[in-house]
Amino acid sequence: MNKRSQATYTDKTVPYTLGEIEQGAPCCIPEPVLRIQDLSVGYGNKTVLSRVSLDIHKGCITALIGPSGCGKTSFLSTLNRLTDHHEDARVSGHILFDGVDLLHDRVDTLKLRRRIGMIFQKPNPFPLSIWRNLDLPLKEHGVRERKVRQHKIEKALRDVGLWEEVSDRLDTSALSLSGGQQQRLCIARALVLEPEILLMDEPCSALDPLSSGVVEELIMRLSGRYTVVIVTHNLAQARRVANYAGFFWMTERVGTLVEFGQCQHLFETPTHELTAAYISGVRG
Amino acid sequence: MADRLFAWSMSTCAFLVVLSLLWVLGDVVTEGLPHISWTFLFSAPENAGRAGGIAPILVSTFWILLIALVVALPIGLSVAVWLSEFAPVNSRFANNTGIVLDILAGVPSIVYGLFGNAFFSIYLGMGFSLLSGGLTLACMILPIFVRTCESGLRAVNNDWRRGALSLGMTKSAAIWHIILPGARPALVAGLILGLGRATAETAALLYTSGYVDRMPGSLLDSGRALSVHIYDLSMNVTGGDTAAYASALVLVILIMTLSILAQGMVDRWFKRRLVVS
Amino acid sequence: MKMKAVNNRSDQNVRMVLVVLASSTALLLAMIIAFLFGESWPLFAHIWNDGQWGDLLQNNGWYPLEGHFGMMPMILSSLAVTVGALVVALPLGLGSAIFLQFYATPVLAKGFGTLLNLLAGIPSVVFGLWGLTRLVPMIAQWQPPGASLLAAVLVLSLMILPTIALTSSAALSGVPSDITAGGKALGLRRMTRIVHISLPAARSGIISGALLATARALGETMAVLMVAGNVVQNPSGLFEPVRVLTANIALEMAYAMDVHRASLFASGLLLTALVWFLSWGAHRMTKSQVKEHSHG
Repeated sequence: MNKRSQATYTDKTVPYTLGEIEQGAPCCIPEPVLRIQDLSVGYGNKTVLSRVSLDIHKGCITALIGPSGCGKTSFLSTLNRLTDHHEDARVSGHILFDGVDLLHDRVDTLKLRRRIGMIFQKPNPFPLSIWRNLDLPLKEHGVRERKVRQHKIEKALRDVGLWEEVSDRLDTSALSLSGGQQQRLCIARALVLEPEILLMDEPCSALDPLSSGVVEELIMRLSGRYTVVIVTHNLAQARRVANYAGFFWMTERVGTLVEFGQCQHLFETPTHELTAAYISGVRG
Repeated sequence: MADRLFAWSMSTCAFLVVLSLLWVLGDVVTEGLPHISWTFLFSAPENAGRAGGIAPILVSTFWILLIALVVALPIGLSVAVWLSEFAPVNSRFANNTGIVLDILAGVPSIVYGLFGNAFFSIYLGMGFSLLSGGLTLACMILPIFVRTCESGLRAVNNDWRRGALSLGMTKSAAIWHIILPGARPALVAGLILGLGRATAETAALLYTSGYVDRMPGSLLDSGRALSVHIYDLSMNVTGGDTAAYASALVLVILIMTLSILAQGMVDRWFKRRLVVS
Repeated sequence: MKMKAVNNRSDQNVRMVLVVLASSTALLLAMIIAFLFGESWPLFAHIWNDGQWGDLLQNNGWYPLEGHFGMMPMILSSLAVTVGALVVALPLGLGSAIFLQFYATPVLAKGFGTLLNLLAGIPSVVFGLWGLTRLVPMIAQWQPPGASLLAAVLVLSLMILPTIALTSSAALSGVPSDITAGGKALGLRRMTRIVHISLPAARSGIISGALLATARALGETMAVLMVAGNVVQNPSGLFEPVRVLTANIALEMAYAMDVHRASLFASGLLLTALVWFLSWGAHRMTKSQVKEHSHG
């Protein structure tokens, strides 16, 4: 259980209490929902991520930072088993979620992905109407009654602040929305399934600064109710939104987790010199 | 000097090509157009086709195409979906299926006719009928339809696949609700391409659907397709040339409409994809 | 390791159904081959009994009703018509492609391309009709009877022209611009650049297109059937009527019985083998072009 070998992260995090966190959302109880242990990911015979161990805490925003190509996205997509669809992907280690190892063969990935949603870098609304974009996943997960779906869809759209903007044109194509609206629609599409965890892979990097700000604000509002794991290249953003932060780096062409801890802690008093160099802009 | 001569001769080539092809097309139009009228389109042929119209022939053509379509569409689409969505990259089976499709696409149409005659008409006992003609054409257009659909499906935005999967949708649901609608214009284009091929076909139909020019009573009746009608009028009926040209014009218009439609579909699709990305 | 692309029951079922349907394409091919062989078997048995294998290829004549199945004249005619069509269509098509790629203004090029595309879709029976009613009488005035090897060659070359022009133009446009830019930088004349740089670079694409056109010409039935005169004889002159393999099938299937019918299926088999051989060559060419470019 307690083989957190690679990262300099130790149980040091536990003593920190809510009061000490100034940035990020106010509520954050250090109660792990995802325990990642010794996770390694590779494609074919190339290892992209080696022996990562960390805990994702309930209701908190965890930011993963580091240069591109050091395995952050691969890490994220193992958390909801999207790596299954990579033919030559190899995953080893354990990810404990709700008492079971979600990497286990017999885990129902469809139900798992309902509980762990994912947002991608490029907004990817389906080429359907706004309504259908949210309706389809609900139907696929067996929500039969139209009334219920209607209620959930409206709630999800309100949550992401889209309801006022699109309630009069739910039948128009989702592709007619602006980039920022599309991304918020994608978030709503994930929220409509009422997941516990949201994985976000650089959700703002394809957006203009204004929409990026709106989405960032939205992410902060989501914390507490949802557990968010966000990959970002934007250090300032990570600092603004996250409660916890992990720093990934390439060592000998293999991605590793260098440091993990409370966000403030990682940014202000990094324990690893690589982290310090990266966040001060010297390297990376 | 040599440079100019070269340019001049290349332009002459192009000019000659355009000229000769326009000559063929022009002849078809000038010979055929005066003969086309509502009565020509909507009455039965008389005097072996010299007089009268092509109504039963249009009906037979329609039925043959419809059968080919109804058979080739679901099978072709399924194979295309399997190739693009399910088959593992570099799997032997998928590669071999691709090779089989390419080989099938290369079989001459008269050989499809031979096969159709031996298998559908005689072995399965369908005789010379719209059914055996349509089924033969279905076999013939299957490879080209699969290939077009496959490339259309592969061109579908991969983000949609990931999006659907990350929402916990099954692969089948993603394909049915998102990938297939997303690739629809390409699928339609492939369909129209296959239809055009089928409409133009003569050799494969001679000994499968036959050349009886009566109005077909059922799908097991023999029926004459438009292209077979043109062949018969020009080869076997003296004085049938005018009617042959008129039928040829109808056929050419039919095929061109189909190919313009297909082109339009593909264009619209590319435009939309540009807007999206 | 643990990874399975599909772990859902309904996906698994869909996958099975699709695999079965995909196998049906292989089944179709197997059936075509099986039926061609099965139906031509009586001929092989007949020849086996008579012990005259040479008869198939020698010039004892095509008298199916008397048991003589000398296909050689028709094979030679098929080859003659195909080669003739290529000789006419290749330079014209290539010239058009060069015009399209290097000399035409964008508007002209678009119009020309669209026209070629449309013409590539004209049914062969329409070309046959036109050849029969326009070309054959013209040739007949000059050198009777008109329906001849020449008529077949001309009609067929018209049919494959769009194909050759379109594939060659695609091959030329696929030549990486840095190759042609090099020639420009050396101050070479346009003609030199085209002949000595672009054409060699696009060589395999052009050859592959030509092979595809050859396969199409060889497999074409209607257009040739309608204008070639259909007399079974060795192609001895441009103005002599000939009968090609495909036309023979179309003409005699109507009444062929037993061994005769089998001989027609055998000629279908032979034809298919020839066409496959050509497509295979085209395929190899396309592959080698990809390789050349990736190395260049």
